[in-house]
Amino acid sequence: MWEAIRANRFRSRLLIVVLAAVLMGLGYVIGFAIHPEAGLIGLGAALLVWMVLVLTAATGGSSLLLAGAEAEAIRHEDYPLLFNVVEEMSIAAGLSPLPKVYIIDSDAPNAFAVGKKGNSAVAVTSGLLMRLNRDELQGVIAHEIGHIVNNDTRFMTTAGVTVAAVVLLSDVFLRSMLYSSGRRRRGRGHGGGGAAVVAIIFAILAPVLAQLLYFACSRRREYLADACAARFTRYPPGLASALEKISASAWRMRNVNRALAPMFTVSPLKGSTVHGIFSTHPPTEKRVQVLRAMGGASYAEYEKAFGRTVGEHIIGARTLSEDAAAPVREPSAEPERSELEKTRQVVDVLHRLEGMLAVTCACGLKTRVPPGYAKEEEINCPRCGRLIPLGPAIMAAAAAGAMGREGTSADRQSPRAESTRQTETIVNEPGKWQNVNCSCGHTIQLSPNFSALQVRCGDCGRRYRVVRE
Amino acid sequence: MSGAIIALVVVAVIIVLLGLWLAGTYNGLVRLRNQVENAWAQIDVQLKRRHDLIPNLVETARGYMKHERQTLEEITKARNLAQKASGPGEASEAEQQLSSALGQFFLVVENYPDLKANQNFLALQEELTSTENKIGFARQFYNDQTMQYNIRIQSFPANLVAGMLGFHRRDLFELESEAERQVPRVSFE
Repeated sequence: MWEAIRANRFRSRLLIVVLAAVLMGLGYVIGFAIHPEAGLIGLGAALLVWMVLVLTAATGGSSLLLAGAEAEAIRHEDYPLLFNVVEEMSIAAGLSPLPKVYIIDSDAPNAFAVGKKGNSAVAVTSGLLMRLNRDELQGVIAHEIGHIVNNDTRFMTTAGVTVAAVVLLSDVFLRSMLYSSGRRRRGRGHGGGGAAVVAIIFAILAPVLAQLLYFACSRRREYLADACAARFTRYPPGLASALEKISASAWRMRNVNRALAPMFTVSPLKGSTVHGIFSTHPPTEKRVQVLRAMGGASYAEYEKAFGRTVGEHIIGARTLSEDAAAPVREPSAEPERSELEKTRQVVDVLHRLEGMLAVTCACGLKTRVPPGYAKEEEINCPRCGRLIPLGPAIMAAAAAGAMGREGTSADRQSPRAESTRQTETIVNEPGKWQNVNCSCGHTIQLSPNFSALQVRCGDCGRRYRVVRE
Repeated sequence: MSGAIIALVVVAVIIVLLGLWLAGTYNGLVRLRNQVENAWAQIDVQLKRRHDLIPNLVETARGYMKHERQTLEEITKARNLAQKASGPGEASEAEQQLSSALGQFFLVVENYPDLKANQNFLALQEELTSTENKIGFARQFYNDQTMQYNIRIQSFPANLVAGMLGFHRRDLFELESEAERQVPRVSFE
């Protein structure tokens, strides 16, 4: 499948060319300012930096970005609903092979896509899965798959890297001018003074110019991905209501790479509620408004709704000429699951990914145990206080791990487990502060209302059984 | 003498350009046709998947639904018919039948809370729901691609050669027949 919205391809190439030209120009001017004959050397250096950055982004980019966002790959059986929705939307978009699916442990509802058509990935946060129903999730995933099939992922990373290079170069240059200006003025008189002034002006303007271009392009692509989402799902209200839920949430994501920001459904950056010429995303209310104004689900309908609410054109004539009518479908018949139910399922998946063990006490309480325990160990039930042996659960997890996933708790055992085979006993007096010296030299402090039957040294991990008179 | 050579060159250039254009058009049309065929194959894959899921579903439900033997038998029958169907006309009718049998079944399930709480059943239900969606989306994609292909072979200048090169109009895939579309309309006026 080619790019769904073709007029965009030309615009994107132009963007990259202009950004690269700005970078080269900056390199030349800086080179010239340092020495009148070094202009071409500066240009060459800028070109080299750019090529290295673009190549890095093209080869290792997506895995770096996924790792940076702390995304974990999941399999079909971990979260069937999410997987099925990704598959449904890939079929609707004609995207093959399927994108890989990642999950991020964050309460901020959001999603992003990375990679190119042959090797792409979609990552969603746990907060998103907890809040959205099937139709809304479909809308968000379709938006992300729209980014992939429109080649936004590739173009925006390349453009982002170029902008970053411009910013970096001008920053280094301006700082070096600032710190060395005093010395130079005395040493060299005013040789090349005019060139330096031009270079400084250029170095101040170039990053602003580059960023403005980049953000304008990014905002446009968001609208286009929305148009794709409406068309793929045949259900614009799904994405509209998802956008409302996402923007209503007060949570913000941590560790967001700025180069990745245009690939998110809603901007993950701090202060992104302020919309202007420096934001990667158009205002969410505008996007919702356009989606809600659509009378059908085709590109032509999006163009019409966009014209009515924003007053501009967005979709290329060629795409529109090959566009077919697409009536809006009925909402999914699936009964709405409660937020609690969804949260439970998502937390289960996250725990499994972390290698937590699920154990059930004889009193019926289900609890989770972090990785690092040995087979011989026992824990106290947090409700009834009974000792629960961990052996069976660890063996079961190891058996399941041998069949599929690597890195379950059984083979992720920390070295701490070795030192905790034998447990010593502490006699605890309730209602008093108590200091216990661990044999590693660390002091364990028990508070007056400490009531657990076990305590673990925070330093070496040795465990002590606590008895009370 | 030189006039003849120029004429010859001009004719040769025209022939070469025409050949290049023909090759380009042909390749473009082949690519489109392949996309249409892939889209069609995707529908098939999803229909087959639905057939594979149904025996499991019936097996799981049997233990809980002692009094719904007929509903279950209907599903199995519809599924077997759909699997055996040959030709797109017969197949689409059988698949439609299967869809309505499944719809009936999921309505009945509402009366069996034990079944609805069964993990295995829930997983199967999700897979079936999603497979239904996938069939719908695959059909949608097929129709989009076919539409594009039809527009391309009918528009100038490709329409001059499309017929000669063996590219013909393809039909869209409609699951509901006219009669079925009208059945559920109940009026109390």
